Formats: sequence, C-alpha cells, structure tokens
Amino acid sequence: MPSAKRQLLSGNEAIALAARDAGVALGTGYPGTPSTEILERFSELGGRGQWSPNEKVALEVAIGAAFAGARAIVTMKHVGLNVAADPLFTAAYTGVSGGLIVISADDPGMASSQNEQDNRRYAVAAGVPMLEPSDSQEAYDFLFAAFEISERWKLPVILRATTRVCHSYTIVQPRGPNGAPKPPRFERDIRGRVMIPAYARPAHKRLRQKLTEIEEWNETGSMNPVIKGDKKLGIITSGISFMHAREAAPKASVLKLGFTYPLPMKKIAAFAQGVDRCVVIEEGDPYLVDAIRAAGIAVEGKAEMYRFGELDVPRVRRILDHDLSPEPAKPPGKAPQLCDGCQYRLVFEALRKRDCIVAGDIGCYTLGVLKPFEAMDSCVCMGASLGVGLGLRHVLPPEQARRVVSVIGDSTFVHSGISGLVEMIYNPPTEGHVLIILDNATTAMTGHQEHPGTGRKLDHQPTNKLVLEDLARSLGVKRVHVVEPRVGSNEFERTLDECLASRELCVIIARRPCILIVKRLRELEQSECEKKEAPCAAG
Amino acid sequence: MRGRLTNVVVAGLGGQGVLKASDILADVALRAGFDVKKSEIKGMSQRGGSVTSDVRFGQTVLSPMVSPGEADYLLVLEPTQVEPHKHYLKPNGKLITPDAVDVGKLPNKKTLNVALLGALSAHLPLPEAGWLEALREAFRPEFFEHNQQAFLSGRASQSPGK
Repeated sequence: MPSAKRQLLSGNEAIALAARDAGVALGTGYPGTPSTEILERFSELGGRGQWSPNEKVALEVAIGAAFAGARAIVTMKHVGLNVAADPLFTAAYTGVSGGLIVISADDPGMASSQNEQDNRRYAVAAGVPMLEPSDSQEAYDFLFAAFEISERWKLPVILRATTRVCHSYTIVQPRGPNGAPKPPRFERDIRGRVMIPAYARPAHKRLRQKLTEIEEWNETGSMNPVIKGDKKLGIITSGISFMHAREAAPKASVLKLGFTYPLPMKKIAAFAQGVDRCVVIEEGDPYLVDAIRAAGIAVEGKAEMYRFGELDVPRVRRILDHDLSPEPAKPPGKAPQLCDGCQYRLVFEALRKRDCIVAGDIGCYTLGVLKPFEAMDSCVCMGASLGVGLGLRHVLPPEQARRVVSVIGDSTFVHSGISGLVEMIYNPPTEGHVLIILDNATTAMTGHQEHPGTGRKLDHQPTNKLVLEDLARSLGVKRVHVVEPRVGSNEFERTLDECLASRELCVIIARRPCILIVKRLRELEQSECEKKEAPCAAG
Repeated sequence: MRGRLTNVVVAGLGGQGVLKASDILADVALRAGFDVKKSEIKGMSQRGGSVTSDVRFGQTVLSPMVSPGEADYLLVLEPTQVEPHKHYLKPNGKLITPDAVDVGKLPNKKTLNVALLGALSAHLPLPEAGWLEALREAFRPEFFEHNQQAFLSGRASQSPGK
C-alpha cells in the first residue's frame, strides 16, 4: 500500500478521511455548522453518506447499521444532539454489534448557533464514552480509537469537536485504508436490544459495568499524555484549549485529556499532586473542574467570565493570571444579511408592513430579525415556529392572535416542523393560524445541502421527493397556497391578506429557489434530463 | 529564527476569496516544509458578512488562532474591513490593502485576492516556485493564467522595504 500523503486538512475533512479509511459503511446526519462538511467530504471520498430529515432519525439509522455489525458514524452540530438525545440514551443500554460514533460539533462562542451548550454533559448523562480531539491529526486518529472502544465495549462513543477544531486546518498524516471490517450480518439479541423494563434493568447495570471497566482502561491508555515541564504550574486541559494553554504557558507541565469520559481520576490525582499549582483550562462549562473537584482533587478553575465564548491564547493567559479586568471589546465586523436578490426580503417586508407577530425559525431567514425588516419576534430551536405560533394564538386576545404567523424554511419544516403542523390540525386555535413555509429548494444557511423536499440526495442524485403542499393537504389543511414571491407581483401579499382574514388554518408555501443555487439547479436538471434521453427544455 | 512563527490574518467580505487566499498561503507554507495551521470563522460568510482567516506557520504551531496584536501581516481585501481587523496587527506589522496594487490593471477583478497574496509574498520566506505550483493547483487551467499575472504584478509592486 503506498503511504498516504501528508495533507493540510480541516478537522471535519480529517474525520471524513478517517471514516473512509476505517471502512465506515454508512454515515448519516443533518447539516449544521460546524459539522456539515464531514458527511459531504465522506461522500466525495466515495463513502456512503446521507442526510436524514433530522438528527434523531440520522442516529436511529446509524444505530440500525451498527446493530447489523457495520461501522457507522452520525454527524450533527451540538443542538442536533438535543434532537437525537432520545435514541442516544437508550442506545447506551442496548449497545451495538458494530461500531457507532456520534460526532457532536459544538460551537462555543456561537459563530453560527442559537446557544453554546456544552455537549460533554451528554456523555455523562447518557453514559457514553467521549473523546475530544484538539487538532486535525487527532480528529483523524481519534475516530479510529473511538471505533476500537466502541467495538470492544459494544457501546456508542461520542467524538466531541468544537468549531475551532472542525474549521481549523492542520497537518494530517493519514494511515491509508486500514483493514476491511467484517461484513454486516444480523444476529438476533432480543434481550439486548428490546428495551422493555425487564430487559432494560439488567442493561443499565451492564452499561455501568462497562463504564467502570473503561475508566480503569483509560487510566493507563495512551490518550491522556503528560507533557513534562516546570513543577510550579500544572495545567489539565482538553480539546482546542490544550493548544492555547501550551502557547500561553510553554514551560508548564500539562496533562492533556483526550479521552474525557469516563475520566482517568487516578492519573489526574497523581498529576495534580506532582505540581505546586494545578489549573484546569477548559472552554465552556466547568465540566472537568467540577468532576475533578468532586473526586476530592484540589485544582483551580477559571473565573465565571471565561465560561462565555471561545478561549484563545490571551484569555488563557488571563485565566492563569487571575485577571478579572474587563476584556477589550472586539470591533464589530459587517453583519450578515439576506442577499440582495433574496425572495424572503419581500416576505419580511410584507410581514413588517402588517405588523404581524412572527414566530420564526432557524435558517437564513432568521436574518429577517435584523434591520431593515425587524420582522421576527421569536426564534428558539428548529421547528419551534409552529408550536410557538400556535401557543401565542391560543392565549392572545383575538385582535392580536389574528396577527400571529409562523415562518419556517423548507429544510427546517421537514426537520421538525411537520409534527408542529400535525399539532395545528389537532389543536386548531379559535382564530385559525397562518404558516408560511419559505421553500427555496435547499438548506441554504449551512451551504446548500439537499433534503427530502428537494428530491435529491446528499450527492445531488435524484430520489423520491417529499411534496410539501401534498403533505399539508393530506393532513387536512383546507387552505394550501403555493405562491412565488417576486418583485412586481402582489400575489404573495394578496394571499397573505386573505389567509390572515380567513380565521382558518392556512399554509402558504412561498416557493422560489435560492438565488445562490439557481445555476447549479439548472445544471442538475439538464444532466438528469439528458440521462433520461428525453427532449430537454432550453436552459 | 528557530521557533519564530509568521502570523498572517486575511480579512474581507463573503465572496471576495478570503478563504481561497488563505488556502493558497497555507499550501505554500506546507510545501516549504513548515508546520502550518489555518483557522477561520465562516458560518455566515455566504450572507456577505465579514470573513477572517488566520494562517500561522513556522517550526511548530500550537494555537490555530492569531492573537490580537501579534499579526505580522494583515491582508485586507475590502477597505471597510481594515478598521475591524487592525487590532490584530503587531506594532510594526505590515498592513496590505487593495491600495498595494493597481486594481484597474488586474486581468480580472476577481483576482484581487491573488494580487494581494503576490504583494504579501514579497515579504515572506517562501520560494516563488512554491507559490506558482500552489496557484496552479488552486485554480482550473482556464483561470490559472489570469491569477498568475495578478500574483506576479502584486509581487512586483512591493519594492524591498516598502
């Protein structure tokens, strides 16, 4: 086998390459910054990568693959794991036959997210081992290590990365394709996989037993190296914080934790005892420091002000210096905005003009909250526009309730808006409701990924298409309108006015492809048409 | 110079080729045998927001981020982006803006990012051959010629010490 070339790869690209080299049979996920590129690259490298409607389904598909003995990965941003939490917690009980790695890409500092939750908490809550890489080489190597752990203990494993690891490019020496995994086959294990209470009770005990064994194994494993330095200062750290800490305090002794649940407490205690001052440097929540202190080991943590946002070298210096003075404010850059020719501009102008109360959602169109529109009143999580809009309608006085509108994008609607639409049918507000689905034929915000409503798979090849208006009608919505918002036409505004006045349940699908994908769409349609050898419409 | 790092911050707006420029720079440094790290925040870049990319190279690079006040070079593709990024520059660091090149003489306006890389290249310990190889790999053949011209004109614009 020719030795693979050293490459400069992002953490996401490194994970994708490792997945390919490790013989992953199936990669699933839902797009979300900073995780999106993993599956895209895996697919480009020849792997089978597919988008699911949401993270819960993605994890369930991956669990199925791992029940069959295959290696599977599932990718998502941090908030995606909230959606996938239900299967995660019980998959820890059932375990897996093959290897299953849940890749959680957290976003401390919220470069592109609605919160900065720290998903290390999920490893503890679900009882699932967790690895944290600090650069692309580790992202590559740790995926292999994660599979070894997953297959040895028959458990899902969380590979937890952060924006700075996912989107930083560092040098990777790949191993090349690394052995063919066993071919998948089904082996019945009813007591192991059917979690009725009688089988789940022993499964919980099995899980805890496995975690005890893994903790013992982690005490002597190679994933938590000590870098010997000055005994005056010892730093315990993980993930990207390791890099910042090494630069901020080059002489310090460092315990770098790569395998961060279950923690190797004996090793941590020995390290802390061997230095005069021991400081835990970690981004986000005080996860390590709380766990270490709970084990009776005296260590310093960081001041609360450093819980917010990303760490960097200057901030680590400040933590080490106990510097609590206000940090210099970052000069504001140029804020993102809806593209000049974006059709949603017309939608938000119309909503603004009518003083609508807008329950919004997650996507490009969340930018409708900014000037000049300021036409969004809430944005909580994927799919929340439906439920929040309905709740507002239920309790507001009628003259206000009639102005409430839910606004959601096509990909977000498929992700978790569909059950909200069922709720609308099941518990209709007295004043009716208006749902606007902004259908731009793509998952635009994360970089134009396909979804079930586009009729194309991750690699843009055609597949069955979910037709949103058919779905709404089949659920019993009487007023379903498909309109194209465009300059020079008042069709959208007219439809909106009719719906707002109707006091019925209404779905308006505002359909027009995102201007950034029009060219690509045309090329795809052309090539699909040529494959069918049918006469093609002129481009 | 052992252990000394070169810190470059590239800044601009979405669509200007900030990331392409930093990709090329990082590739050239890799070819020259340096350790390299490149870090960027790009989540909202497609909506025309600010885009910044940090490139660091030297014997060993730890943090992928350039700290404020520590950039040796700040390459800014759009004049309005000087103000929000100039705090990255160290006291005697070098600012390179579109003023460094005669934009009117570029073979194609889209090559501004590469022209400014050319200007930057005159100050860096990286061989010209490496730059040209990296450019050749970075662009499709039909775009290479224009980009090479832009690069060389940017490189020529920097007299020693300028």
